[in-house]
Amino acid sequence: MIIKGKVHKFGDDVNTDDIIAAKYLVSTDAQELGKHCLESIKPDFAGKVKPGDIIVGGKNFGCGSSREHAPLAIKGCGVSAVIARSFAAIFFRNAINIGLPFLESEEIDKISDGDELEIDLNAGSIKNITRNTVYKTQAFPGFLQELVQAGGLMKYIKHRYCR
Amino acid sequence: MYTIAEKILLAHSANKNIKPGEFIEANIDLALGNDITAPLAIEEFKKAGFTKIFDKNKIVLVPDHFAPAKDLRSANQCKILASFAAEQKIKNYFEIGCMGIEHALLPEMGLVKPGDLVIGADSHTCTYGALGCYSTGIGSTDLARGFVDGKIWLKVPASIKFVYKGKLPKWVEGKDLILFTIGQIGVDGALYKAMEFSGPVIRKLPMDGRFTMSNMAIEAGARVGIIEPDEITWEYVTQVTGKKPKKCGMKSLSCENLKSDLNANYEKIYEWDVSGLEPVVSCPHLPSNVKPASKLSTVKLDQVVIGSCTNGRITDIRVAAKILKGKKVKTGLRLIVIPATQKIYLQSVKEGLAEIFVKAGGIFSTPTCGPCLGGHMGILTVGETCLATTNRNFIGRMGSPESFVYLSNPAVAAASAITGKITHPGEV
Repeated sequence: MIIKGKVHKFGDDVNTDDIIAAKYLVSTDAQELGKHCLESIKPDFAGKVKPGDIIVGGKNFGCGSSREHAPLAIKGCGVSAVIARSFAAIFFRNAINIGLPFLESEEIDKISDGDELEIDLNAGSIKNITRNTVYKTQAFPGFLQELVQAGGLMKYIKHRYCR
Repeated sequence: MYTIAEKILLAHSANKNIKPGEFIEANIDLALGNDITAPLAIEEFKKAGFTKIFDKNKIVLVPDHFAPAKDLRSANQCKILASFAAEQKIKNYFEIGCMGIEHALLPEMGLVKPGDLVIGADSHTCTYGALGCYSTGIGSTDLARGFVDGKIWLKVPASIKFVYKGKLPKWVEGKDLILFTIGQIGVDGALYKAMEFSGPVIRKLPMDGRFTMSNMAIEAGARVGIIEPDEITWEYVTQVTGKKPKKCGMKSLSCENLKSDLNANYEKIYEWDVSGLEPVVSCPHLPSNVKPASKLSTVKLDQVVIGSCTNGRITDIRVAAKILKGKKVKTGLRLIVIPATQKIYLQSVKEGLAEIFVKAGGIFSTPTCGPCLGGHMGILTVGETCLATTNRNFIGRMGSPESFVYLSNPAVAAASAITGKITHPGEV
């Protein structure tokens, strides 16, 4: 799967309250949640983001609460993938479980706001079209690949029990 | 050669052995959801075509975040829980009247025991690690899957050991130990690890202080914050369940064996003498931004909140009441005290603690997570500052993105409510 989009850059420790504030957790609708994505730290984000765009964060992206509404809001506002130096554990599982593409990379400092990236999820590669460079990333271990290929956790489980 | 966390995971999996970094499928003893996370889980469960949960005794639903329902849409979410509980005959659904903040309620009800594997669609599910459980926060889809077959996928975390030595000074308690720890290692200092709290200071720490420590393991990025069970643990378990369990974990892990092996592998060991520790405060906007309370006397406060899954237990309420007895809350400051469960509420009334808060000019609320996550019952507006005994001080956590949240133990919070600025409890 190839993803192409423009970068919106964020810092370290972007937490799930930043991604979607608790006052919006009265909905489970990704589109509705997406309208308020990252509002408290970048109020104009949801208005600026274009379908396919990519979030690049620092370390510990998605720390804090277990709210799955966070990756849902990111998906809902049109973002196609998240790249970060590291992800908080619950955000990591939630993203896998709902099928939000994401990658860990140590080279995020070389990526700037507005850069155009091309991500090959199967190969686990990130190409910076603007800077004509390629960044290293770690491919998911086998079990996680299976979950991703199944289209998320519930589809994986459904396949197991409802064949 | 396993740590206690690894032993519990092994006992709940089909594996013959396990090692950190490995992915396993484990059987759960209990799965928890609340009024924010369970509606999404129920939606996913039904959308995938499932109709029946795996075990009506192993699922707990607690409407506590926006409950008592703060508005129409929260009322709808609470209703989804009530309807699902009725439809699936879920035994442990806690409606207003028997509801409490989930992480205070479950241990109090005897629903979590040493050696259990507990998952909860709430990040502070790590609280029960204080009882020697492998208890961890997961998302709504994980919970939906738990509904289906009582299983969870997990990556076995490496363990980090924290040894606390010395003697805790007056006014310093579990909250200060965990804030100090997060201050030392950072908000990702235990990212994807199992934190194991140990040492002579932990052995003397009462259960309520242990719950506070394990509760905030997530604030260092950890999957669990676990404490080996000891006499204090077993006394608590016996008191809440009426008996000491004979086996711990699914493969008859003996309760005596519910501890880390002497030659267990730790990725890191931290050892601190905490005899010189002062009450500490986390400053905006990260829990790791820790400073001594005594150095923050210039911080003026608009609101003080005492409560939450971190510090809303009876010990916390008692400490705060003792300081506020016969005193008045600073004019213009709002003091909000929220006991975590109905039982704690009633105990506070019986002991005359509720009266102390009301006479001091504070309010004493029904249990709710409410203000901690900026839900209701104490939202901050632009420019306001709050000192809370809660667990997170992120930007906008309690309301406006232009408000400020400081975190402390209940004694510091109570003393500060009297003076209107951050105050060491020894000063009032």
